[in-house]
Amino acid sequence: MSESSGPILSAAGLSKSFFGVTVLKGVGLELYPGEVHGLVGENGAGKSTLMKIIAGVYSRDDGTLELAGEPVEFTHPLQAMRAGVATVFQEFNLLPERSVAENVFLGREPRSRGFVDTRAMARQTAALLAELGIGFIDPDSRVSSLSVAEQQIVEITKALSFDARVISMDEPTAALADNEVELLYGIIGRLKARGVAILYVSHRLKEIFDLCDTITVLKDGALVSSGPASGLGTDELVRRMVGRSISTYFPRALPGTVVGEPVVAVRGGGNHYVTDIDLDLRAGEVVGIAGLQGSGRTELAEAFFGAVPFSRGELVLGGERMPLRSPRAAVRAGVALITEDRKAQGLALGQSVRDNALLVIRSVFPGRTRAARRSVPGVLSSLEISSRGLDQEVQYLSGGNQQKVVLAKWLATKPRVVILDEPTRGIDVGAKVAVYTLMRELARDGVAILMISSELPEVIGMSDRILVMRDGRLEAELDAGSSEESVLAAATGTLTDTRGEAVL
Amino acid sequence: MSATATRARRRVRLGSTAIVYLALLGVIVVGAVLVGSVGRNFFSDGNIRDILTGMSVLGFVAVGQTLVILTGSLDLSVPYVVSLSSLLAAETMRGNPANIAQGVLLALGVAALIGLGNGLIVTKLRVNGFIATLGVGLIVKGYLDTVYKGSAGSVPREFQLIGATGLGPVPVSTIIMLAVAALVFLFLRRTRTGHHIYAVGGSVDVARLSGLHTARPVIVAHVLCSVTAALAGLLLASRLGVGSPTVGSQGGYDLLSIAAVVLGGTVLAGGRGTIWGTIGGVAIFAVLDSVMSVMQVNPFLKDVVRGVVIVAAVAVYTGRALERRRPRFGAKGFHTTRSDSGPGPSAGPGLDPAEAAR
Repeated sequence: MSESSGPILSAAGLSKSFFGVTVLKGVGLELYPGEVHGLVGENGAGKSTLMKIIAGVYSRDDGTLELAGEPVEFTHPLQAMRAGVATVFQEFNLLPERSVAENVFLGREPRSRGFVDTRAMARQTAALLAELGIGFIDPDSRVSSLSVAEQQIVEITKALSFDARVISMDEPTAALADNEVELLYGIIGRLKARGVAILYVSHRLKEIFDLCDTITVLKDGALVSSGPASGLGTDELVRRMVGRSISTYFPRALPGTVVGEPVVAVRGGGNHYVTDIDLDLRAGEVVGIAGLQGSGRTELAEAFFGAVPFSRGELVLGGERMPLRSPRAAVRAGVALITEDRKAQGLALGQSVRDNALLVIRSVFPGRTRAARRSVPGVLSSLEISSRGLDQEVQYLSGGNQQKVVLAKWLATKPRVVILDEPTRGIDVGAKVAVYTLMRELARDGVAILMISSELPEVIGMSDRILVMRDGRLEAELDAGSSEESVLAAATGTLTDTRGEAVL
Repeated sequence: MSATATRARRRVRLGSTAIVYLALLGVIVVGAVLVGSVGRNFFSDGNIRDILTGMSVLGFVAVGQTLVILTGSLDLSVPYVVSLSSLLAAETMRGNPANIAQGVLLALGVAALIGLGNGLIVTKLRVNGFIATLGVGLIVKGYLDTVYKGSAGSVPREFQLIGATGLGPVPVSTIIMLAVAALVFLFLRRTRTGHHIYAVGGSVDVARLSGLHTARPVIVAHVLCSVTAALAGLLLASRLGVGSPTVGSQGGYDLLSIAAVVLGGTVLAGGRGTIWGTIGGVAIFAVLDSVMSVMQVNPFLKDVVRGVVIVAAVAVYTGRALERRRPRFGAKGFHTTRSDSGPGPSAGPGLDPAEAAR
């Protein structure tokens, strides 16, 4: 077996389904030493699933995986790590309260005479960091004191300490600023020079073309193409990734929808996280907010909802100045917030569907409980929630049905303004369409809607107006139907370069 | 990330242990003034000896409790282990100096077994530490109440010396306690198991994904906690001259030790804390007790003061921990992070730790 010429990792015919839904259909790819292999596709195309199968997080239903020509079966991420297959996930596996060196060598602390040799540990960590060309991270500093980019470097260092031959990176630049991306490029260059094979998952096509030697495209869980990056143009790549027109997916505005007067108007709004917010939300209008992770989108929603109120500027709601100092005040004023993390912030997981649907009514408008209780079954059935009954605990529902319960909870308050933060994250296509349809119905009924989303097709397909946030400010306002390139250019602050950064 | 911004963000921030000792210093200063105001000397040999003596028993228990809390568990069985070990030692020794070693080993051995039981119940049966040790504590208490109607056994003079002698104003028992604390400090810092205690308490998932046996550190912590509780029991037997079935529960060592650990800056959820912080917490309690005794404060008021101190301390720590999400803009809308990082985008997208943590 010649390792020098053959692939270090080769996968063939990988399939995986969850609860009867096939998310990966017979996908294969080959990684070669010293090569960066790009993996692209829309959200839900199966990239994460493929990565997790390679990392040993998920077990495959079908197909084969070979490492250096030998068939392997990873049932645990650690097994994959030990075999030299490391993964840097978006959610880091680090202990924030421990030092960099302690994290890198966790479970494999170097010892001398039976005791942990803390100095050797720091020295070896510094050496690994130096191999990546990093001199500014102190092995003794606590991980919680590092920036996201630095924490990511710690993860890569940890992978390197296992002598990884394959490193997968899941959207490594999603949370990085431009100069930090440069740093990552440098690190990837050094990993290549060491003969490490890299599987690089990203939405940013510019990076894919900058870094990758080979590009594999997935769509709806199936392989579209896998081949050399040279000769492949952006337009062609986007065509392969999308392959379906947006309009079939997103319902149009319903007949009778009229964009009316502003329900909420903010002038010069700001707090510790956002500033200079001038924004009108009009009855019957869907306003989309785009922006990178960390650009202040969620903070804007929290300011409208009184969770982290505006400390500057003026907020007028329904013609009156209203400071909305708490979520309770916001709910009373007719504002609803569907949070991005429904399990942590949207639902009481151990309580029934009915109790969750009545949660806000009971706590803010107890006088309306009786009426709401009667209307709950109707609201739930109109949302087509499939549960075993109103007494089922919501933790046993699928993500889509959980999201519908959250929506039902807020619909019960008859809001004038509905803010949705990543409303379709982690839910299936059917539920997505239900959410979109509901948004259109609310708009028709004169509700003002603010939708935050990381999925650009969603923002573009649903919004009457698109606002792009960057660095805590509203950077740009774009018309409905703007191109993904122009939205992304505003989000990244690279208005000059509109070609490279197509994001799906 | 430019070097300047990095440095600015790591501007020296007092560690929680430093805060504990600053608080201790404050308590000592205030205490000295108060004691002085009634015409007594806070720094007299006698007073210092009282304070250090007061530290030693709680110190043993709290050092062990720190280990358990670092793993994310709790030990409520300590007061009964304290009582049981005092009785086992006193009954085995029966006033005979030849039996001292035997008595000590028996007490420590039985305590280690109880700790092992606690650890196994927590890790293998997956019973929450609070409940597991509450149950085991009740079992031991039931045994003590059934078998003993009052003090029993007696310890020889030689053994009583441990609790009675000192080097100058420093009692031997306190020196032993500090030595044990130092050993535990080394254990946490220089052994793999010590490192893994922090890891398991910080995040079981990360620990497991790093290949740790996640049960082992928890079991070891429980065993060591029971053993240090037994050391406290031995010390009490040495002071009293007999074993007592109620000496542990009268001391309230379960909640008091947890309070001292938390006062010392250890996070109750685990993963973060230090032994020296705990010792500082124990010292604060000892100084408070001593000052209030000298001032002849009503005993009920003593508990009020202790309670206020515990709540205030945790409020201070929590307030610090909550400021995770760094503000991007100052009160008037000026960029707070720009000034030290230049006009680059380092303050821009993606640097919001709260966002990234989701």
